Amino acid sequence: MIERLVHWSRVKSPWVLHLNAGGGCNGCDIEILASLMPRFDLERFGVQLKGTPRHADVMICTGAVTLQNRDRVLRIYEQVPDPKFVVAAGACAMAGCVYRGSYHTLIGIDQILPVNAYVPGCPFRPAALIDAVVKLLNSVK
Amino acid sequence: MEYKVSLGPQHPALHEAVSLRMTLDGEVIRDADLKLGYSHRGIEKLAEERSYIQNIYLTERICGICSHSHTTCFTQGVEQLMELVPARRGLYIRTIIAELERVHSHLLWLGVAGQEAGFESFFMYTWRDREVIMDILEWISGNRVHYAMNIFGGVRRDIDELQRKKILDSLELLKKRTDYYLNLAASEPTFVGRLAGVGKLSREDAIALCAVGPTLRASGIASDVRRDDPYAVYSEMPFEVATADSCDVLGRAVVRIKELISSYAMLEFLLKNLPEGPFKVKAPRKVKPNEVYSRYEAPRGENVHYIKSNGSDKPERLKVRAPTLANYAATIAMLKNGFIADIPLIFAAIDPCICCAERLVQLDDGRRGDSRVLSFSQLRAMANERAKKIDFKKRKIAWPF
Repeated sequence: MIERLVHWSRVKSPWVLHLNAGGGCNGCDIEILASLMPRFDLERFGVQLKGTPRHADVMICTGAVTLQNRDRVLRIYEQVPDPKFVVAAGACAMAGCVYRGSYHTLIGIDQILPVNAYVPGCPFRPAALIDAVVKLLNSVK
Repeated sequence: MEYKVSLGPQHPALHEAVSLRMTLDGEVIRDADLKLGYSHRGIEKLAEERSYIQNIYLTERICGICSHSHTTCFTQGVEQLMELVPARRGLYIRTIIAELERVHSHLLWLGVAGQEAGFESFFMYTWRDREVIMDILEWISGNRVHYAMNIFGGVRRDIDELQRKKILDSLELLKKRTDYYLNLAASEPTFVGRLAGVGKLSREDAIALCAVGPTLRASGIASDVRRDDPYAVYSEMPFEVATADSCDVLGRAVVRIKELISSYAMLEFLLKNLPEGPFKVKAPRKVKPNEVYSRYEAPRGENVHYIKSNGSDKPERLKVRAPTLANYAATIAMLKNGFIADIPLIFAAIDPCICCAERLVQLDDGRRGDSRVLSFSQLRAMANERAKKIDFKKRKIAWPF
């Protein structure tokens, strides 16, 4: 009973941590914020943006991870309670985008973290992020 | 008693990875220090490995909010190196995109400042209005954030008659809303009470610490590259440089709202006087050996690109000085003797774009007289070696749960 309630609330109201992993250009970050704004309104799916990893269920990561930030990203991932989901948002987090081959960035966040959903685009449209979140929640159901 | 607090690199008050180290005395900040390098991507070195045309798209991705300012700065620098005169209609369209970008960036900032001041509905209002501009930009260029409009010799896409009318119509709506925000910023007692007197930066300090953009103009100095060293078509346009004398965060908000209003007037002028003719001219592939220093007034302040060419199709050196870097020293001065609760507000007031300003600098002893050039593979080896040394597992961080 309790388990079913927890599962229901997890699917109906996922709390989201927006993590800038470094090595991006900010474009994806403003698109994540734009998708939470009244026009696109990701919050109608129960999604709420949270400041701390300890309250989050879903991590939305942007940016190719820089070497300086790699261990910090891992540490934040460890702080998110189980079960946790990672969304790699934007071309940088997926495959490095134009910074691919740079001496200070990794080629995508899936080099260090298990990723559940990818959102392509440089940057993605807010609608693409909403699609990814809804698909992720449907797969959890 | 003095104690030290570090903020970041991941912190809800900071939207990007940057670390602030502060020495506190009670709630008062006595000293502050910034630690950077969390989003360093090695753009300057990557630019040396790519051709000029590829570099337009690389410089665009220095920053996602002022993407057009970096490409325009780079493009007009390379056009000077090529001794190429861009098409006049192209220059007009380039300026239209630049002003649309300034409008969207300032509306974004107003929302963030409102949120930091505890005025969440203001955040929602300005971001709603920002969507009007984003729709126009998407319609003109095909993308919401990275427009990719610039090419050497002009722009990639034209503006047609229907788009021109639509933009003029939406400007009317935005003008009304912005007047309301100016009224609100100047008269709403809670908003004024939260922003007034916070983050003081005196006129003398602003000059001494080389502040740029709205931060400088809010300290009463009318400095604007668009007027002082006009590029594109700014010399043909009448406009006033917005300033404020209050030297605080409220002044910076007022300067930005005034700039919004002057941007609307500029956009109207540009759209009504859009010249006929081609919007791009053919550009050569190779560039003669030379060097150039290109200036541009980005929404956050003066943006500078230094480009050195060596006769091939790739630049020998690209140096980027983004406006946020110039404002860091002033931020430290503003934080000193302020309250700890004002940190997000003061930090947001310079409109920081951390990833813009992440450049690598190595200081050599000038007296030794030896200089060296590091290759890409050497830099990669150095970065890997340094990253290996950071070992979090060994530090045994206390786990509260």
